[in-house]
Order: sequence, then structure tokens, then C-alpha cells
Amino acid sequence: MTEPLVVLDTVSRIHGEGATAVTALDQVSLAIAPGELVAVMGPSGSGKSTLLNVAGGLDRPTSGRVLIEGEDLTTMGGADLARLRRRRMGFVFQDYNLIPSLTAAENVSLPLELDGERISQARRHARHALDLLGLMDLSDRYPDAMSGGQQQRVAIARALVGDRRFVLADEPTGALDSHTGEEVLRVLRERCDAGIAGLLVTHEARHAAWADRVVFLRDGRVVDTTGTDSGVEGLLTTSAGGSR
Amino acid sequence: MSVRFGLMALLGEGEKYGAQLRAEFEERTGGTWPLNVGQVYTTLDRLIRDGLVAQNGDPDSEGRIGYSLTPQGRAELETWWATPVDRSSTPRDELTIKLALAVTVAGVDVQRVVQDQRTATLRHLRDLTRLKHDVLTRDATEHRSRDLAWLLVLENLIFAAEAEVRWLDHVETRLHQESLRAPAVPLARPTAIPEQEVLR
Repeated sequence: MTEPLVVLDTVSRIHGEGATAVTALDQVSLAIAPGELVAVMGPSGSGKSTLLNVAGGLDRPTSGRVLIEGEDLTTMGGADLARLRRRRMGFVFQDYNLIPSLTAAENVSLPLELDGERISQARRHARHALDLLGLMDLSDRYPDAMSGGQQQRVAIARALVGDRRFVLADEPTGALDSHTGEEVLRVLRERCDAGIAGLLVTHEARHAAWADRVVFLRDGRVVDTTGTDSGVEGLLTTSAGGSR
Repeated sequence: MSVRFGLMALLGEGEKYGAQLRAEFEERTGGTWPLNVGQVYTTLDRLIRDGLVAQNGDPDSEGRIGYSLTPQGRAELETWWATPVDRSSTPRDELTIKLALAVTVAGVDVQRVVQDQRTATLRHLRDLTRLKHDVLTRDATEHRSRDLAWLLVLENLIFAAEAEVRWLDHVETRLHQESLRAPAVPLARPTAIPEQEVLR
């Protein structure tokens, strides 16, 4: 069995203390293997974004461990944690977060440049990431000359640039129409098929369906996890084209 | 929709044999509605009886008989294409009935029923999405129109599964609200059963 790239081991996150304490995550355990995309669903306030923030080292759990490729985020100092985030993880948000005064290629190479990589090297990695997502034609464009779907795909390229092997996406299709949102998820799915690990927070079942597994949260606890096949392959035995 | 209009729609393209009708019907609907040969020939006999389809001469050397639409059949088919599908007679849905019963029968863990169903439906949705991804990424030059038909059927199933998950989320929220509103009142209504029935 493949070693998990990401492990959340009985993670809890409690905001506040005493009578005003609010449990955002309650003993959540989760493992994500390379090549696997896991979706997190649940109603508002169920802990979805807290889970993503804790898994991405943006927030520290009150108890439990978070391991990325075997390294425990919860025992790291701030500088080490920031370095690990910059080098191993990529984040995709609903509102793209591209810098308007930079081209697509410059936006994608920026995290590497900030990490001290030579500009020529960073740009080479950026072009490779854009190429993987079929975005080479857009590399010299500024964000305001791109559609929402194109900007989000550039944001995914930025999240994947260099050696990043874990992508965390928080409602990445929230600002996109249904068709464009689906294109973005296909891209994410294909990058996971190529070997990265992905964590996707969404409230849309149709979008979560692109994941290998769906973890359902309620009041900070995992109440459902999908895993095995539903048997649909057996149900739909004949398809047009017949190549299945 | 009856098999009747499905066969007439295919015959609208021109003469076809019975076995050909069966194969094309299944292929174009993504195998979601398998037909047996008996159903096809029974339906063809009825269409001939009603003057909508005609048999074209005697069997050929391989024993196959060609069928085609009559002018009356072609008019009936045009009317079918132009008439919206009637949605007023909603078929009974097992899940709806199951949950309606679950909230009224004492001792059923409704929350569990909802969660188990949602897990199953999300898996189903994921598997349908994989099939859709296969269709979208394969080289479809040879089977473009058939892939499109299969894609439309798949997307219909995806939207239906998505709607079911949304409804289950809604049910869960509704149950939660009800439990907050009246925690002391059980959802089951034992008082609806006459006392003598219970004693009997």
C-alpha cells in the first residue's frame, strides 16, 4: 500500500477557553496518499475550512498531529513551517488571489522567487507548470485579460509549481459558472492522477464527485466517508462507443 | 416514455430490422434501459396493428424483416417530439417513502438512514463522474454522436444524484431544526393507533 503523503492523526481544534470554548474540529483522522483527491463536505460551520487550514499549516491544532511526508507540522517552529508550506504545498482559493500587476508566468514563478530560487530557474518551472495545464498561450497575459476559469487554472499552476506535491483547494469553483468550474476540477483531478495529493473543500456534491473519497463533516466530526465503488459500472453495462 | 416512441424515433431515420432496433436503442440510451427482443417484437406488432408502422415485404435471405413508419406514424412521432414530457404523474420513489416512514415509525435512527443513503449516493455520483470523465477524455472522432447521447444520459443521472444529495442535506437540517424546536416530543405518533388496536 502507498504511504500516505498527508496524515491528520486525531486532530482537534478548539477556539477559546472554558465556557466560551468552541470545538471546530473534534478528533478528526484522515490520510491522503499520493495520487489521491479527497473532498471535504458539510454544512456551514461544520469545520471544513478549519480542517483545510490545519492540514495546510495555516492554523495549529489544539491536539493531535499533522504529518506531511512524515514531518510533523505541529512540532515545527514558525520559520520551518513557513518554509515547508512554501516548498511542499500549494493553495487554491475561491477568488484566485493572483497579483494583478504580474503576468500569468510571473504569478506562477513568484512563490519560487520568494523562496530564493534564481529568477531564470523559477521562470522555467513556471513555464513547465503552465504547460502541464495547457496554459502556455496565457503566460504573458495579466489577470484582468483572462476569464475567471483561466485565472483559476493559473492559480492551480501556481499551487503546483516546483516540487509541490500537496494541493489544498478551498471552494475553488465558487466564483465560476458550472461548466468552467467543471473544467477546473478536471484539471485538479488530472494533476492528482499524475501523482500529487489533493484536499478539496466544497459544498457541491457534483464537484466533490471528482474526488476519490468524500469526507463529510458535521459539528467538527467526520460523520460519513465514501470509499468503495457504488456498482454503477455493473449497472451501466453498455455505453455508446463501447470502449469501456 | 414507452418503448413505443423509442422505436418510432429510431424508425424515423428509415427502415430497420427488429434486432437492429434493440441494439440501437440500448446503445443510444447508454444501456440504462435494456430491452429484450420479445419486447421489441411485441411493440412492433402493436405499432403495425395501430397503423403507425409497416412491415416491408417478406423476410430477406437471412430471415430479417424491415420495418418503417407509415405517414400516420411519422405524424405521431412529430407530435411526440413537439410535446413536453408529462411530469404531473410523479412515480413513487422508494427513498422518499422510506424516509417518510422512518420519521413516523418509532425506534428508527433517521439520522443514520440519511447518512447511509448520502454515502451511497455520493459514491454513485463519483462513479458516474468517472464515467463522464472517460467519455470527455477519449478520442471520440469515430463515435461522436453516440458519445454525446451517452454523455447526456450520464449527466441526467449526475444531476439526479446531486439533487438527491441536496435533498438529503435538507432533510438532515430539517430533522435538526425539529429536534431543537421540540426535543421532548417524539417524531413518531403512537397516538394515531386506536387504543383497541394496540390491545388486540
